[in-house]
Amino acid sequence: MGREEFLFLLAGLKWTVALSVVAFICGSIAGLMVALARTSGIFIVERLTAGYIAVFQGTPLLMQLFVVYYGLALIGIQMDAWAAVSVGLTLHASAFLGEIWRGSIEAVPRGQTEAAKALSLGYVSRMKDVVLPQAIRISLPATIGFLVQLIKGTSLASIVGFTELTRAGNIISNQIFQPLTVFGVVGALYFLMCCPLTIYGAHLERKFLTASR
Amino acid sequence: MNYTLDFTPVIDGLPNLLWACLGTFTLAICGMLLAIVIGIGGVILRQSPFKPLRWLVIGFVELIRNTPFLVQIFFIYFALPLAGIRLDPTPTAIIALGINGGAYAIEIIRGGVQSISKGQMEAGLALGLHKAQVFRLIILKPALRAIYPSLTSQFILLTLTTSIASAISAYELTSVSQRIESDSFRSFEVYFTVTAFYLVISWVMMRIFALFSSRYFSYPIR
Repeated sequence: MGREEFLFLLAGLKWTVALSVVAFICGSIAGLMVALARTSGIFIVERLTAGYIAVFQGTPLLMQLFVVYYGLALIGIQMDAWAAVSVGLTLHASAFLGEIWRGSIEAVPRGQTEAAKALSLGYVSRMKDVVLPQAIRISLPATIGFLVQLIKGTSLASIVGFTELTRAGNIISNQIFQPLTVFGVVGALYFLMCCPLTIYGAHLERKFLTASR
Repeated sequence: MNYTLDFTPVIDGLPNLLWACLGTFTLAICGMLLAIVIGIGGVILRQSPFKPLRWLVIGFVELIRNTPFLVQIFFIYFALPLAGIRLDPTPTAIIALGINGGAYAIEIIRGGVQSISKGQMEAGLALGLHKAQVFRLIILKPALRAIYPSLTSQFILLTLTTSIASAISAYELTSVSQRIESDSFRSFEVYFTVTAFYLVISWVMMRIFALFSSRYFSYPIR
């Protein structure tokens, strides 16, 4: 594999990073909404969001991307593969992050909410100033774990036809007939992205475990 | 918006899709069994006093956990023939799923083994149980119970991951639906239906796992 080919892979890597960042940021915003709706205390809203989460957790990401990709075209929204995949990954991330954050919102001791109510803080202030700062701390290891899942998940965009790292690898491998070298390098690039995050997540988990002891 | 949904290709392809569900189940179950074997073997190797062996297992787990399954399956798909092993896409997919699930299983099983305290074993022996009884009742069952929730949810994830095996055209639900899609161009209808299929599959598996758990693991801890 020459320099040209490696640069092509790096160009693909750029799109993988972009896809991960967009999906994570948009997914975080939507996921926060999902988590708040899931813990809102309004029965119908809670059931609906629980269903939303269950659908995304019970189906393969690949199918979700297909349905969003063709579904968007169906309701008349013309999008290129890049935008459609971003929407699909964002929805996926919103459901998973919503579920993770629901757990951590519920893990914040009840007394905190009650104390905030006793101080007559409104819902917004109660969440923003009291519950969420603690919930985010609790959720951090799981959130980072999901980010790693998401980065790996962007590889499925290649099946929908978007040229990111894995598809760049496919193209190069078809050109130079060295699939093992090419996919070895592709795998190494993913590893370099994900491994630091995994280590950091494990480090945080250990830190919280000793802190709570 | 002047598109009318047409589910006829899906209905015509229904027998094929149902058979493909069986293919998905086969992939998932064979993958799980292989994952358990790799998981147990990996845990034993990881406890070995020989340091390089332990590092090898740790390296394997981290390598698999930090790379996408799609890249792994491509790598294995191309690597096996070079190693002189010629297999159809479906067995190749099972191997890839087993290796992927095995790495996660190693971590989960290790946690279960660590959760048993030595004092329990000694207490069992002191109460006059046989060694076999101690192993079965005091080591195996609580350990299985401890890892059961994470292991089964990992298995449901593995079942959903089988859809990626369509990339090497193994026989399962996604690849069959792609064939129907490319014949009929009814992309949304096909994928929407198949998504519902997956939802049912993962729900059924969840129910089976829960039933099993309430049957065998519902005894009070204290």
